[in-house]
Amino acid sequence: MNTWLLSILIFSPLLGVLVLLFTPSHDEKSIKWIGILGTLFPLGTALVTLSAFNKSGDGLQLAEKFQWVSYEVFQTNGDVSYPIFYEVGVNGLSMVLILLTTIVSVLAAIASFSIKKNWKSYFILFFLLEMGMIGVFAAQNLFLFFIFFEITLIPMFFLIGRWGYLEKEKAAYSFLIYNGVGSAILLIAFVAMFMKTGTMNFEQLAYTFSLPQSELNEMNITKGFKMGMLIALLLAFAVKLPVAPLHSWMVRVHVQAPPPIVMLHSGILLKIGAYGLIVFGAGLFPDQFESLAFVIGLFGVINLLYGAFLALTQRDMKRVLAYSSVSHMGIVLIGLAALNEAGMTGAVFQVVSHGLISALLFFLVGVLYERSGSSQLKDFGGVAKRMPIFAGVLLAGGLASLGLPGMSGFISEFMAFLGLFETMPVLAAIGTLGLILTAVYVLRAVLAITFGTEKELTNAHDLSSTERIPAFILLAAILFIGIYPAWLSDMLRPTLDSILLGLGG
Amino acid sequence: MDLDTLLSFRWSVMLPEFIILGVATLLSVIDLFMKKESSRKPLAWLAGAGILAALITIFMQLDIEVTSILYDTYRLDSFSKAFKILLLLGTLLVIVLSSNYKKEDLEENRGEFYYLLLAALLGAMMMASSADLITLFVGLELLSLSSYVMAGLERRNKRSNESAFKYIVSGGIATAITLFGMSYIFGLTGETNLFKIAENMGNLELLEHSFLIVFAFIITFAGLTFKIAAAPLHMWAPDVYEGAPVPVTAFLNVVSKTAGFVILLRVIIICFIAAPGIDKEPILLQVQPYVMVLAAATMIIGNVTALRQRNIKRMFAYSSIAQAGYILVPFVSNSSLIFELIWFYLLAYLFMNIGAFTVIQLLTSQEGSNDIGVFRGLFRRSPWLAVPMTFFILSLAGIPITAGFIGKFGIFMGALGLEQPQYWLAAVMMATTLVSYVYYFNIIAIMFFRDSDGTKVSIPGGMAAVLAFCAASVLILGVMPDLALDFFYGNFDVNEFFMQIETEVHTHDH
Repeated sequence: MNTWLLSILIFSPLLGVLVLLFTPSHDEKSIKWIGILGTLFPLGTALVTLSAFNKSGDGLQLAEKFQWVSYEVFQTNGDVSYPIFYEVGVNGLSMVLILLTTIVSVLAAIASFSIKKNWKSYFILFFLLEMGMIGVFAAQNLFLFFIFFEITLIPMFFLIGRWGYLEKEKAAYSFLIYNGVGSAILLIAFVAMFMKTGTMNFEQLAYTFSLPQSELNEMNITKGFKMGMLIALLLAFAVKLPVAPLHSWMVRVHVQAPPPIVMLHSGILLKIGAYGLIVFGAGLFPDQFESLAFVIGLFGVINLLYGAFLALTQRDMKRVLAYSSVSHMGIVLIGLAALNEAGMTGAVFQVVSHGLISALLFFLVGVLYERSGSSQLKDFGGVAKRMPIFAGVLLAGGLASLGLPGMSGFISEFMAFLGLFETMPVLAAIGTLGLILTAVYVLRAVLAITFGTEKELTNAHDLSSTERIPAFILLAAILFIGIYPAWLSDMLRPTLDSILLGLGG
Repeated sequence: MDLDTLLSFRWSVMLPEFIILGVATLLSVIDLFMKKESSRKPLAWLAGAGILAALITIFMQLDIEVTSILYDTYRLDSFSKAFKILLLLGTLLVIVLSSNYKKEDLEENRGEFYYLLLAALLGAMMMASSADLITLFVGLELLSLSSYVMAGLERRNKRSNESAFKYIVSGGIATAITLFGMSYIFGLTGETNLFKIAENMGNLELLEHSFLIVFAFIITFAGLTFKIAAAPLHMWAPDVYEGAPVPVTAFLNVVSKTAGFVILLRVIIICFIAAPGIDKEPILLQVQPYVMVLAAATMIIGNVTALRQRNIKRMFAYSSIAQAGYILVPFVSNSSLIFELIWFYLLAYLFMNIGAFTVIQLLTSQEGSNDIGVFRGLFRRSPWLAVPMTFFILSLAGIPITAGFIGKFGIFMGALGLEQPQYWLAAVMMATTLVSYVYYFNIIAIMFFRDSDGTKVSIPGGMAAVLAFCAASVLILGVMPDLALDFFYGNFDVNEFFMQIETEVHTHDH
């Protein structure tokens, strides 16, 4: 059944592009308002989609499928066609991530009030980026996934390179090249799978790869091929996540890109890596994924500890947060490596939770930078006195980040480690060190800013009313998930169950 | 051959060629009798109209089944129709480009330029339709000789002279190599007709012949790769592209390269399809490593050298070398995919390159420089030039929702869809594509991130039309590639390529 709803949702940001094309480029106020309204429309559509989404329903919902591209190959044993479809659909996991995308996009659009120049082209690229992000999560075949995946790349390149800080072009290039490497590996793996199986659809691929080996041999699919594909996919998404030692581009982007874009990047784009690992890694090649679980867990712990250690030594708040992202993405890997329900739930919770928390923290750093032109820890102190609301929200965000019970971060870390302790206790025990380090670096950074001797700040007014909206909404969402995680876990259960079924759990 | 036999051929299959020939002759006569001072610009309309008429004729011929005339030396089959469309479309756009090319050097030779262009086009079309080594070679030489003259049309420009000289010397060497290879083919089979060659090649079972066949293949292949500027015969491209007038560069880059692939497909695939190689294995499988190394080397040399170019025409020359490497990849796929993949990629290639050269021509002629700096701050100066250029570059780099991506995706399918997928060739292609990001995105960065002196670029109507057409095509083919693919499958049957026709010769009883 084709309902069109999901397609409307994916392409809804284009409405904003269309309106902007007919707006004069010097009319700052209208453009900024169109920017916000243009992201509210996808959010509204996402909410309509959510209401049409059956939470307890199994499998794919709101699916749409059209014939798109067809290659015909004439061979001696008859014509073989390789059809590519336009297929979209949502399950619990992608629904949650789409919702996260549209919410963070609205808040990032509000935060974009701080953008100083070229608002028109900025928002056009912003909308294209949002379209790409929604599309990535809604795509149900490899071709479409790849296209949306690449669509996010180009606007990001421009947004970083044009509106970023001092070393923006370097950051844009390193973003492009690192992600280009990821995409390159991804494309080779996708085409290889397509040519072997004749399909690009996720479900059909999962089915094909789950066939007994005797049948697979007839299709020339060996165990080695499956393992090779999985390693290629892991490598591609490891760049995106990012997994140490492939993280340097991400730190550069977080430091150099404009704050609203970092909100989107850290909040959503990094999650595409996690989403890919779950859907393609564990979803398509469960057996091979299981055999690599220890390596994945090991990289998770390395990420967690390495990120935390580096975050501890940074002098720039942006860098602290960037390394904290590296560290927190380690928890996703840890949860995945556990291969059980608790671990998997923890990984997915971490994806959502970190999306909200990092968006909040980067937003606050952006606010701070706008006031003072600096994000160095040494330039701040005693901010709580002059900006109490700001300091309060920052502290709350910090606490969420270190995993305080009652906030979203706690649930995810707890679940991920619970899972890992069950299967790899030694690794998990080492990993818990990271949690302690997290508390140390978060408090070090946050306290240095909010308390201590008061430093001169030129422009130290508290959060304005437009700034309060994103801050409070994100904080509320973090608390909501922390207090009532069942809402999220209900949404995710059918998806996670089907993946766990594949893993034999 | 008496008159009756001559008249018995279905000459209508050559109608597009006759139109081009007629218009070219007409142009040369008009040019001769026109006053020396009067502008030759209106001639562009005549040339354009001729090409358009030929294009329409081809579309009307789509339903005609495979026919051959002149004792199977000249064929009208799907293959020739499909590629002639590309050749004509490319030349038509080049004509628009040239009519807006303002340089005093060219002005006095403008009339000459148009009929040379049509003569070159005629040669390319003959290459697409020929099924005989002799006619193929005549077509190739017609194209080459006209191109040599066109490259040197700016008589007072040293660079243009250098360009023509280098082109004619290296082109002559390549022709010699090609002929040398062809002489082996003829020597082995005693035939010049491609299908008869194929037949005789299949019957060559003597072991000592097999080395000669491989030798014939490699020499012919090497000679023919000159036109597509594949390594190791690629050196001419940067020098020739740099010196030649921009429309000529665009012609060499697009139409001449397409013709190069046409002759490569015709000669190599038909002649050697049934030929046994060493130890009687099919030769096309045996020489795969050779073709693969050639393709990989072309991609690597093209993309890596392009990194260091500051001259925009040289950069695009290396970029086009790299693209030739990509298009060589389907040659190893050994399936019918090869035709549609190459055809589609060349179609995409046509739009993105002509589009890019339109922008290059506008910028370089306004600034009087070929330095990459002419793109500085283009987005702020002339957004309507910068945005289409961005699409062309994204397409060249193979980024999704552009035609270039679909083309590259298809090539990947060809490389990985074999019994033994060529992973390393795909990996080389992907890695060099990544390298190409650096210089392609450098242009984008210069257009968007740098400040400019604020001089606007005026876009003449014809150029604007070409830009809009190319940009729209690049995007539409990127989103709905089926428009082109369905057209291809619906109208062209690749099996016709291999169909030998017994020419019916009317025998009269006297």
